[in-house]
Amino acid sequence: MIFSIVITGAPYSSQASASALQFSKSVLKLGHRIHRVFFYADGVHSGSALATPPQDERNIPAEWAELAREHELDLVVCIAAAVRRGVLDENEARRYEKNGHNLSPDFNLSGLGQLVEAGILSDRVVTFGA
Amino acid sequence: MSDSKKSFLIINRKAPYGSSAARDALDVALTISVFEQPLSLLFLDDGVLQLLPEHNAAAIGQKNLSANLAMLEMYDIDQLYVCSRALEQRGIRPSDIKLNITLLDQNGIATLIKQQDQVLSF
Repeated sequence: MIFSIVITGAPYSSQASASALQFSKSVLKLGHRIHRVFFYADGVHSGSALATPPQDERNIPAEWAELAREHELDLVVCIAAAVRRGVLDENEARRYEKNGHNLSPDFNLSGLGQLVEAGILSDRVVTFGA
Repeated sequence: MSDSKKSFLIINRKAPYGSSAARDALDVALTISVFEQPLSLLFLDDGVLQLLPEHNAAAIGQKNLSANLAMLEMYDIDQLYVCSRALEQRGIRPSDIKLNITLLDQNGIATLIKQQDQVLSF
């Protein structure tokens, strides 16, 4: 079965991103495919390369990046939600004349169309909310 | 984009302000309609408060959501379902809502959700 995952809760404030990670790992272990993981609203903070949790806590952004590399996952961060919240890639930082950018290289900024396309091409879309 | 169509249901459970959920859901609804997919909206819990007319959002420095809701019709999004119990619990009469809505009881909600290919919850 083809799954897509939507995450709207911020890591560490809500369980959403951590639960979505567990779910995604299980889905992949059972031999299903994940078409896309879409980070929306406060979920965009999972794409920050600057997140630095204490060493005895899980590093959620890093775990997503690792899972993506292992399974060639498409991690898409909603661009409108992200730039609003200060999650920028190099392009957006240049566009808005900011002197830094923090989107992890394993994530891509894109529009809501990517969420809808994921819904069209997947058998199931599972939302992890705040 | 694939040729195949999927039916989408967006479930709105949160009050119009206080979190970005209502606006986020609306943005997704408009995008689904641009992709010309069948779409229904379901309002549950505090989500029914989104449907009240004449929000004064400027008073709290927010953009007004009710203007966007009125836009739904322009986008041919006309399948609006509302939990009748949620209205009752909040003392809202169906006639208070100026949009064209369909009231559903708990069984009706279950049936609606069952009919959909994709359900997105906000």
